Amino acid sequence: MRSPAERIAFTLNGAAADVHTPPATRLSDLLRDTLGLTGTKIGCNAGDCGACTVLLDGRQVCACLVPAGQVAGRAVTTVEGLAEQGRLSALQQAFADQGAAQCGICTPGMLMAAADLLARNPTPDEPAVLDALGGVLCRCTGYRKIVEAVLSLGRNERLPVDAAPVAGAAVGARLPHPDAEAIVTGAHRFGADALPESAFLTLRAVRSPHPHARFGIGDLAPLHARFPGLVRVLTAADVPGQNLFGIYPTGKDQPALAPGLVRMRGEAVVALVGDAETVAAIRDEDVPITWEVLPPVTFEDARAGLGPDLHAHAPGNVLCRGRVKTGDAEAALVASPHRASVSVETGFVEHAYIEPEAGYARRVGERIEIVACTQTPYMDRDELALILGILQAQVRVIPTATGGGFGGKLDLSVQPLVAIAAWLLGQPVRCVYTRPESMASTTKRHPSRITAEAACDADGKLTAYRFHGDFNTGAYASWGPTVANRVPVHATGPYTIPNVLNTSAALHTTDTPAGAFRGFGVPQAAIAHEALMDMLAERCGLDPLAFRLANAIRPGDATPTGQVLRHAVGMADCLEALAPRWMELRAEAEAFNRAEKGASRRGAGVACMWYGIGNTSMSNPSDMTLGLARDGTLTLYCGAMDIGQGSKTIMAQIAADALGVPVAALRVTTADTDLTRDAGKTSASRQTFVSGNAAKAAGEDLRRRLLALANAGPDARLVPTPGGIVIDDGRRSVIPDLVRLAADPHGDVLVGEGRFDPPTTALDADGRGIPYAAYAFAAQVALVEVDTALGTVRPLRILAAHDVGRAVNPIQVEGQIHGGIAQGLGLALMEEFFPGRNENLHDYLIPTIGDIPPIEVTLVEDPDPLGPFGAKGIGEPALIATAPAILGAVHHATGVRLTRAPATPDRVRAALLAAGAAR
Amino acid sequence: MGSYLRPTSMPEALAALAAGPRIVLAGGTDYYPTRVGRPPEDDLLDITAIGALSGIVESDAGWRIGAAASWTDVIEAPLPPLFDGLKAAAREVGGVQIQNTGTIAGNLCNASPAADGIPNLLALDATVHLASAGGERAVPIAGFVLGNRRTARRGDEMVTAITIPRPRNPARSVFLKLGGRRYLVISIVMVGAVAEFAEDGTIATARLAVGACSAAAVRLPALEAALAGKRPDGALVTEAHLAPLAPIDDVRAPAAYRRDAALTLLRRAVEALR
Ligand SMILES: Cc1cc2nc3c(=O)[nH]c(=O)nc-3n(C[C@H](O)[C@H](O)[C@H](O)COP(=O)(O)OP(=O)(O)OC[C@H]3O[C@@H](n4cnc5c(N)ncnc54)[C@H](O)[C@@H]3O)c2cc1C
Ligand code: FES
Ligand code: FES
Repeated sequence: MRSPAERIAFTLNGAAADVHTPPATRLSDLLRDTLGLTGTKIGCNAGDCGACTVLLDGRQVCACLVPAGQVAGRAVTTVEGLAEQGRLSALQQAFADQGAAQCGICTPGMLMAAADLLARNPTPDEPAVLDALGGVLCRCTGYRKIVEAVLSLGRNERLPVDAAPVAGAAVGARLPHPDAEAIVTGAHRFGADALPESAFLTLRAVRSPHPHARFGIGDLAPLHARFPGLVRVLTAADVPGQNLFGIYPTGKDQPALAPGLVRMRGEAVVALVGDAETVAAIRDEDVPITWEVLPPVTFEDARAGLGPDLHAHAPGNVLCRGRVKTGDAEAALVASPHRASVSVETGFVEHAYIEPEAGYARRVGERIEIVACTQTPYMDRDELALILGILQAQVRVIPTATGGGFGGKLDLSVQPLVAIAAWLLGQPVRCVYTRPESMASTTKRHPSRITAEAACDADGKLTAYRFHGDFNTGAYASWGPTVANRVPVHATGPYTIPNVLNTSAALHTTDTPAGAFRGFGVPQAAIAHEALMDMLAERCGLDPLAFRLANAIRPGDATPTGQVLRHAVGMADCLEALAPRWMELRAEAEAFNRAEKGASRRGAGVACMWYGIGNTSMSNPSDMTLGLARDGTLTLYCGAMDIGQGSKTIMAQIAADALGVPVAALRVTTADTDLTRDAGKTSASRQTFVSGNAAKAAGEDLRRRLLALANAGPDARLVPTPGGIVIDDGRRSVIPDLVRLAADPHGDVLVGEGRFDPPTTALDADGRGIPYAAYAFAAQVALVEVDTALGTVRPLRILAAHDVGRAVNPIQVEGQIHGGIAQGLGLALMEEFFPGRNENLHDYLIPTIGDIPPIEVTLVEDPDPLGPFGAKGIGEPALIATAPAILGAVHHATGVRLTRAPATPDRVRAALLAAGAAR
Repeated sequence: MGSYLRPTSMPEALAALAAGPRIVLAGGTDYYPTRVGRPPEDDLLDITAIGALSGIVESDAGWRIGAAASWTDVIEAPLPPLFDGLKAAAREVGGVQIQNTGTIAGNLCNASPAADGIPNLLALDATVHLASAGGERAVPIAGFVLGNRRTARRGDEMVTAITIPRPRNPARSVFLKLGGRRYLVISIVMVGAVAEFAEDGTIATARLAVGACSAAAVRLPALEAALAGKRPDGALVTEAHLAPLAPIDDVRAPAAYRRDAALTLLRRAVEALR
């Protein structure tokens, strides 16, 4: 029972508010549910994320921790109250202009914390900004652009943006995101902000507390009798179609609701559907479930071949293996003068997007509509059709804004549950995951156990590489096969090596499923290859950067799969770009250490990475259309899901330049499986390269059609004007009569169509072939300070040089790099998820604003002939080199090489003590 | 069930507590996070509207921190160097949002082994003042916190204030916290230290307490004795001084590391008292 409602009067955004609510209600719920102000976000309901930050009497507080009763007679300011007379405040404008918001879920909280600071201290310095914003987490931006935006206000300067580039100049412009204004005003609607228009039911899953167990469900009648608001309890028997889903067409192995057996903690067992208060009030213990607990299968068990098979199709719990072989690694290792080997261990890493999964489904006649956050609307559609046993055409997926994904929102979460419930009950059904539920039940980065060996000749030229990685893919396949296939292709790093044997295995356990997470296993493998490069450089007496440069893959070289890279191989350029600063930082660190009397030691490390863009040896097409309506409106129907990485901006810039109009003339839709064509998933760093090419082709196609209509020459200028479009080829200027053309259901009279599927080939049994059409390259340098007495590692500076082909939007590219570095830093130093032990953002630590050092970005633009205007991808490449650079820096500082990630203070200290390097 | 009272006077509050079990609510920063995904359905006594509990006041005897005083109140109060440690702790609790609402008394009553306030209160030799409908009593801090989330408070009592005696000599204090990241972090180990100095610059009395290394933060009497009469010097701290600690392994760190880090933090704390 809640406390009875009381009248509470307070001031809300300058106006009087008078509500009737139980006084123990969280202020965040009062604002969102009662007052409809959904600009205040909920990421954890526990004070840990700061997404709900509002001002109470001018001071920042977490609205999720403030009882409504405490606001009586006081003033509450939310993000909706920041704009002044309908105009963005200077603070909001700075965030919008400077890429301080990516997905935007943290932005309202950041803005409120910053507003509190600026009201008290209009000219803050950086430490003051960090202190004031330290209680708001951001998982996308790496914080640096947020810091810059707040500092710019104190300095009263506006940083450069290219608000309105002319026709043909959109690609390369520093353009703000089209959704930026909605984000900074709190109007952007995320999964939990979108509500069905009609009365809806709420769903809550009851989840397994055991990693492995059989269960039975008893008589539910007493539960219904006790909770009249409970409408339905769904079990596996209620799933209308196939109660299995999964990423690969042949690997569907995960039930929407467990059929009597659970293989992981957090697996959904039954779903309670009813009014919101009732489903929240029912405790898991109230539901009659009897458990027969089975022994878990740990990663160690699976590696040793112990334990029962969890899936009939995966004997020995081996989901799949991957392999790439060229030359004779064995022989070359033996024959080489310098040889090094390393074992690397990494744990589960949680995506920790600030938005927990949320959304609703509604049945519309014989169709189902899903409104939820996602990275992959089309795959969701196809999977939901199977689960409901209906046609794909009967499913419509309308993504909400997605508050971060990083791979974790590629798999289904709330969707099958709300879809089944809405389909059966005929009423809209909504579900919002709690933070612990999100962390317990959704995918993670694969834990790994890696052994690798490398060798070089007397001159420091790499001769051989051998690698094996076991990956814990958890209870269900998810993206396990992708990891197993991608890792062997990338495991050597971006170096030319004639003899290679890389193998991998994805193993099932009774842990949380590991799936897609920025890099698909490559970040784990990079820790191994970069440690080996450092070790071999040392053995040859070469500088670590020089050693890498000497071995960097270059145009004309063959990769271990036998693919000869002819163009756009900017690895050496990235290293060369960093070389001068690298020398400075190495020297600076060494000088510091000579002078230091205490326990601090500094070091600089360098790391390289490469990354194949798009799916590995698999078709992954994107389709885009660009429509021209009778009134001259240009609409890019963009199915490429923007999860904060900015594909909406990118696609518009590319399409506008391809068509030849100013980018401001384009309207860009968000993905909707009924309105937009399939642009694939937002993963594998593919959207800029693959969907960007489709957008370019759509722009070019519409241009051809327009020029044909006007019989104009190929270089004609297109000038959108109110009510039409002027086509001017220098000889004459034509305004085609669009009104006489037939319109399609969208109201478009001319439609440009574009499709792109990167050219790849299948890999043979030795992993030979062309897995990717393009590769991104990068080098990063980290400068760190190690407190050798405590084992703490503090990154002081990160340098990043990335070959992106072409930076379509430099603000966004920098933002991706910053955000990737922050996640790489987390992987290196603090992030490890233990199922059942740290399923919250209190105990699972991600970097805060105070943990991210200044970042210097250098963009290397070696245009890829296949990329749209030369562009490749950046999403995943951004984080891969960070962890190995930091671990290399720790080695430079202390002489100790950490190969267990994260290198938490206790592990660093233990390693220092073991090596006798502690003070 | 589920009633919410927000009295403005102490008698009302104490009467409510006398009438039956009720959870005291101050800043709510410990209360709400333990109820994620559940509606707050307890009987609550919100003490934040009781004027008598707010603020920090100084008197000849010392200082009184009201039960409703927030961490921000501590940061912003004009306090002598004796409180530098408590202020440092206040700046490191959570983020500013938590500091603005969370109270020192709530931190104490919640009695987490990792509560940043408690080692400081031990080092400050604080007294906890409790009131119930039956009367008032004062309990020395060391007798108040009994273990992991266990205190000497009876169900019908509430904490009204924490008092800190005025030291006899000039005093300085420090607080050092070790956590896994810069902000919003629960301590792996933390140390609160207060020293009073004789005119010759030697330590007259010292009180040092370590948190997150036992079920409740503890003082280190042997170390305190070893420091008396000496000038602050980290080398005076030895492993034997850590005998009262009983750290455990948890998701934040293993026990052995905690002990090792405690030694380092204690040495640094002593150095910082110089
Ligand atoms: C994100 C986050 C970060 C945090 N970081 C830290 C940190 O770094 N260090 C740290 O030590 N703590 C931290 N905490 C814990 C918490 O903020 C502090 O313990 C805070 O001081 C608690 O005060 P409060 O007023 O909010 O307590 P409340 O939640 O209101 O109460 C806490 C407990 O004490 C009882 N209580 C409160 N006041 C009284 C009283 N006057 N008499 C009797 N009982 C009372 C309540 O019944 C409850 O059991 C953090 C919490 C969050 C959510
Ligand atoms: S939702 Fe309030 S802090 Fe996360
Ligand atoms: S922009 Fe900060 S969490 Fe996404």
